[in-house]
Amino acid sequence: MPIHEQSLIRPENLTTHDQLVVDGVDVSGHWSTFIQSRVVTDYNEAMQDEIAALPGGENVHRCWQCGSCTNSCTVNAINPEFNPRHWIYLVRIGMESEILRDKDIIWQCVSCNKCTYACPRDVVPEGVMKALSHWLELKGHVKPSPSMVFDEVFSEQVFQHGKIEEGRVMQRFFKRTGQSLNQPWLIEMMRRMLRHLPVGMLTKLGLATLVAPRTSGWSGARAAIEEYVHEQEHKRRRALGLDALIEAAKRDAGPVTAGEGARS
Amino acid sequence: MTTAKDKYQKVAYYPGCALEGTAHSYNRSTQEVGKALGLDLVEVKNWNCCGAMEVKNIDPKLQTYLSSRVMAIAATEMKMDVVMAPCNGCYHNLKKAEYDLAHDPTSVEVVDRLSQKAGHATYEAGQVETIHALDWIMHGIGEDGLKQRLKGSLQGLKVANYYGCMYTRPRHIFPEKDKGPGTESTSKPHYMDDLLGAAGAVNVEFPLKTACCGGAHTLSDSDMSTKLVLNILRAAEAAGAEVIATECPTCHSGLEMHQVRAEKKFGQPTKVKILYFTQLLGLALGLSPRQVGVHENISDSLGFLREKGIA
Repeated sequence: MPIHEQSLIRPENLTTHDQLVVDGVDVSGHWSTFIQSRVVTDYNEAMQDEIAALPGGENVHRCWQCGSCTNSCTVNAINPEFNPRHWIYLVRIGMESEILRDKDIIWQCVSCNKCTYACPRDVVPEGVMKALSHWLELKGHVKPSPSMVFDEVFSEQVFQHGKIEEGRVMQRFFKRTGQSLNQPWLIEMMRRMLRHLPVGMLTKLGLATLVAPRTSGWSGARAAIEEYVHEQEHKRRRALGLDALIEAAKRDAGPVTAGEGARS
Repeated sequence: MTTAKDKYQKVAYYPGCALEGTAHSYNRSTQEVGKALGLDLVEVKNWNCCGAMEVKNIDPKLQTYLSSRVMAIAATEMKMDVVMAPCNGCYHNLKKAEYDLAHDPTSVEVVDRLSQKAGHATYEAGQVETIHALDWIMHGIGEDGLKQRLKGSLQGLKVANYYGCMYTRPRHIFPEKDKGPGTESTSKPHYMDDLLGAAGAVNVEFPLKTACCGGAHTLSDSDMSTKLVLNILRAAEAAGAEVIATECPTCHSGLEMHQVRAEKKFGQPTKVKILYFTQLLGLALGLSPRQVGVHENISDSLGFLREKGIA
């Protein structure tokens, strides 16, 4: 059975009758389980192009479904539901609704690059996983994942100062994701970390969390990066048709929006 | 023709953010080992973050730009030919930027534009060679050279060498690897084994050398990382290792952190010690545990090393 047909044998798509005779043949019971017929009409025909427009997804069209990615996958070994080959297939045929079933685990790719190492077609499955995670967020299917929040907290500091300080990143990440720093394992780790450290070193570490380390003369780079980030955001929104969606939503909102438009 | 041995005597040193924070002991031991071996390190002036996994996830071309700035400074301001990065993440990113700038015109265009706007020289592929701390010692000194300089020995210490993901994958950004005898292998790396073996360690047969510690999600998906780390720790113990030697600050702190987490949160304690390979090399070169920062590790190995007669 092709991988995309696994949806056909989900319990909700199977029917078994206790008592059924069709054309004189008794088809009752488990041995005569029926797969319900289905017609798929909700393909997103632009799906592959949308993923290819996001960084990392450029080569998704090259996949020939050998399965090397899933076979080598670190996360798949822990959670068999995590299946890059399957998702790449769904992207290629545009079965958005099927992908959405896994929307809460796709971000869990750990970027170990085993898939990219194994892939004979240079699909860069690791990049496709990142593109797919971005796509889910941009399209509003999921809230930003903890991983995305971490990337943002980290990158903000790099863009701002040129470098990061790990303590700060950690504090801000815990704050933004609403987690407490007061966790037994974390406290134990800090205790072990501080056990042998001299006082001078502790002061230095403490200061680093207050005064951010920075690359001097960074302002030029910061401006260049900010401009680039802005430009890329715009490009991605356009590729996914997000601005058009918002415009359409505004039009649907009716006379209030139109009235405002007329006044301005 | 200059050999690698000559070229690596004096290199630009790119410690990266982690080595100024949680991996201070890696920074310290790398510099001390360099001194003991007579290899010169000149820190890259006014360096910035390489972009790491996080900026790459936001936009890969920005990561290429950030890494290229570091190489541009080494090449044009410092006139250096070689950049050495002990952090697997930094090393990987500089290699990736090098590859992209040699093969992808869009990356060249973006880096050029951003560098001009930021007001510094644009990095061009081929201006510097990026190497890892392992390459630096392997090719700058070699196993025999190391043996001649030993003041102590690792005394048959049983070591599992853990290389992680970023040192070998994906293969295409490391064109110098997999080139036969003497070169590093991406499927079964051995430089750390070779060096620690020369220093008197016994390398155990460790199947998870290049397994993933889940470092990318060490805080954002901690349970996943703890499971992955526990696999590594258990496999090392099953192989008979007393110590896991590391060569990456993210792997190292991930192993240390999730060893504690596995014990405290899931009741799964493990005993194996975790040390940077430079710390082990330093001890064999006669440096004190304090000089190589053993006291800065979370994994407490001081008593164990003394018992073994190594420290």
